[in-house]
Amino acid sequence: MTPSLLKARVMDGLRMDSQLRWLSIGLFILIATLSLVPSLRLLVEALSHVTFSASSPLAEVLRSERTWIALKNSFYTSGLGTLIAVILGCGFGFIVTLTNIRGRAIWVFCFMLPMMIPPQVTALSWLQLFGPASPILNTLGMAPALGSPQPMYSAEGIALLLGIQSAPLVYLALRTQLIALPQDLLEAAQLSKASQCRVWFDIIVPLCRSAIIAGAALAFVSSLGNFGIPAMLGIPAGYIVLPTLIYQQMAGFGNDMLSQVAGLSMIIALLVLAGMLLQQWLQQRSRYALLGHTAQSISFRLQHWRLPLEVLLALVLCFILVAPLFALVVSSLVPALGMSLTSDTITLSAFYEMISRQGVTSRAFENSVFLAFSCALVLMLVSLPLGYLLMRLPMRTRAVIASLIEVPYAIPGIVLAIAFILLFAKPLPFIQVSLYGTLGIIFLAYLSCFLSVCLKPVLSAMSQLDPALEEAAQLAGARPLKRLVDIILPLTAPAFFAGGLLVFLISINELTVSALLWSAGNETLGVLIFNLDESGDSVLASAIAVLVVLLVAGLMSLLSLFASRLPKGVIPWHD
Amino acid sequence: MARLILDNLHKSFHGDPVVKGLSLTIEPGEFVALLGPSGCGKSTILRMLAGFEAVSDGQILHGSECLSSSRQHVPTEDRNFGMVFQSYALWPHMSVKDNVGYPLKVQKIPAGERNRRIQEALEIVQLEDYADRLPAQLSGGQRQRVALARSLVTEPDVVLFDEPLANLDRHLRATMEETFRAFHKRTGATIVYVTHDQSEAMSLADHIAVLNKGQLVQWGTPQELYATPKNTWLANFIGRGSVLNVEAIAPQQYINSADLHRLIDGYLPQTVSSNVLVRPQDIAFVDVSADVASSKPLAVTVRHCIFRGERYDIELILNNGQTLLAYSDVPMTLDSVHHVRLGQAWSLESES
Repeated sequence: MTPSLLKARVMDGLRMDSQLRWLSIGLFILIATLSLVPSLRLLVEALSHVTFSASSPLAEVLRSERTWIALKNSFYTSGLGTLIAVILGCGFGFIVTLTNIRGRAIWVFCFMLPMMIPPQVTALSWLQLFGPASPILNTLGMAPALGSPQPMYSAEGIALLLGIQSAPLVYLALRTQLIALPQDLLEAAQLSKASQCRVWFDIIVPLCRSAIIAGAALAFVSSLGNFGIPAMLGIPAGYIVLPTLIYQQMAGFGNDMLSQVAGLSMIIALLVLAGMLLQQWLQQRSRYALLGHTAQSISFRLQHWRLPLEVLLALVLCFILVAPLFALVVSSLVPALGMSLTSDTITLSAFYEMISRQGVTSRAFENSVFLAFSCALVLMLVSLPLGYLLMRLPMRTRAVIASLIEVPYAIPGIVLAIAFILLFAKPLPFIQVSLYGTLGIIFLAYLSCFLSVCLKPVLSAMSQLDPALEEAAQLAGARPLKRLVDIILPLTAPAFFAGGLLVFLISINELTVSALLWSAGNETLGVLIFNLDESGDSVLASAIAVLVVLLVAGLMSLLSLFASRLPKGVIPWHD
Repeated sequence: MARLILDNLHKSFHGDPVVKGLSLTIEPGEFVALLGPSGCGKSTILRMLAGFEAVSDGQILHGSECLSSSRQHVPTEDRNFGMVFQSYALWPHMSVKDNVGYPLKVQKIPAGERNRRIQEALEIVQLEDYADRLPAQLSGGQRQRVALARSLVTEPDVVLFDEPLANLDRHLRATMEETFRAFHKRTGATIVYVTHDQSEAMSLADHIAVLNKGQLVQWGTPQELYATPKNTWLANFIGRGSVLNVEAIAPQQYINSADLHRLIDGYLPQTVSSNVLVRPQDIAFVDVSADVASSKPLAVTVRHCIFRGERYDIELILNNGQTLLAYSDVPMTLDSVHHVRLGQAWSLESES
């Protein structure tokens, strides 16, 4: 389609009056700046020095042995992690979605929690669980001898945590498919005298295969881009994956450093892109159209198997969630690492020190809260008119713009951070203000990254709105902005706040982007935990991590309160 | 108040024509129904009148003002139109009073005047006592009455109805039809009413435009449409009756009983033929022995006899195999042979 024809269509779709035209021009510039410019800048940097001489930065990256080791390690940890995620996610998904197990909402909430807990906190809590300095093992007298290696500092340790962190992605993909399977399918199979086992293998598993593959691809892609876990577990052991390699390269200096890093980032971005395309292709290839209505989803009635399964679930959750978090809490309560927790040694001094100590802690807290709050606020304000305009576009144009917005969220944070460094390393033209080394650059990167997080619930609420509601306001004489405020906003408010809360929840703990963009005085909570742990101050790091987990769980519960007023699927951990 | 003129109106979506060259003149204060099966383009016409859709070609005039043409488009907000939607389109977060008063609030009518007019509109639809309720607390019929009050509160020149009774049960429809009739009488507004239900259109409208596949089939009063339908499609669509193949005859004329019997007898398959419409009330069962009329009655066989409460529907087969619908006060035995005399018929154009 030629640009002019496309434009004509867009204009026709919008039936522009002047208010709408200004609104859409403004938003177009915003999307272009936030979504397109960073990715394009990265591409330019990576390709600008491409010469076929052996000394070009890209060639140097490709020639370096470290690149290939990191690539191999990335594939190993992400692959193993994906396998763990698929086993956990499918097991959990089948049991919780298809059976009459009790307390379903609580199981789902607990299982989804690891996804929302920042990776560096997950890593920290597992480090506290195992190893010679573990307060729990010391308290139980089971700690390995001092000097013996920490088992988590290994490729398998990284893979395990990647798996736990991305298992909810597999679960979500599977669950969407499972609740779409009508009970009729099961009943028809039972009438053909198939046993429960046969129903499982002949009907349910084949119908879910594409969903499982899609979930696995998502888990793989998200593991590939994960920075927090390999940074906390891999760097001390000298085990390098692609994101940590970029992080370490950034610390080095040199003329070509940025170009080399940009080249590395492009490699990750391409891998992620390939993974996403593969996932979409697989999903389209093996999707069966489900006939029949789904008034009733499939549900197996467990008789005497119910209690054992519940115990099994509890044990798994104990292992992946409760034990590490407990270790984290215990670590935050001992006076120093390596001591055991008794009634004599228990102390709140870490919390006290963290809260009362002026300087870096409170500053990081203030920075993160400020960033998360302003980011959520700005994105909420943007996503309302943006969603409104998108809904008025023809389907195909809408899909293109929606996927543009998705790009910064899909590419790994470390890649996005590099793109922003490239964009803002030099002072801005005309005004000569440099954003590099200020909170401003982190703020902009967050806006770019989380726009789609905020927009999705708003879009899904708007698409469920009866268009006649707005048309009636139009007949009443209300212009677009008035309709937006009087009619659309009140009706989509819950989704709007849910979007904002989700952004707040994710950005307050964010590490990957800020790990590269922070500077002295501009630390975030994520960076603080990471730095404290790196400098050996695990007790303090644990204390902050405990507060972060409480914050996450609190915000998640707050979101659950909105759940009944939101479109289905907006809150991942809710039916 | 001014007349509403649709002049050679065309609309296509992505190259598919939906409305093809529609021309109508709607006089001020008239109650007009757009009637047709689903997909005939009637809702698109209504949406073009409201200004939700641009026209592809042709124009819509309100008096001397051009509302829509391929070059010009007065936005919905600037047309003084009201509309009642199939889904009611009540804003769930506003009370009944606020829903009705919103158009006035947008026009910045002062509060005192506004409350008076809200009160007045609610009185017309008899919902004065529900002013502070939320739409969710009302029944379907009450919701539609709120929508009605909202559409009339600004005293619009034209009120559009988009299948307003489609979501209501049958019992409620009769009551709502009465409400609409009273509403039209009281406001004197021009009404354009879209429906696929012919009895609704027949009982409400002054004039009906029957549409099929984007084209106007016939424009006329309900009586005209019933008595003198244009073609076989319309004859089958409106009212009940049987379309018979008979010997060729000029279309659009009444045929008396004697001629009709002659035409039926003269019909031979595979020759040039015409269609005529016979309404069931024009069919009389006759006793052959006592019959003294000049023309010979037709022999028929009863194929179905269906109880309809006030009477029986009898499906008859003529000797040449065509079926005929008749009414009877008494049940009739299946496969029994009777004689009928057809009082009159109306000759039809063949469907283009």
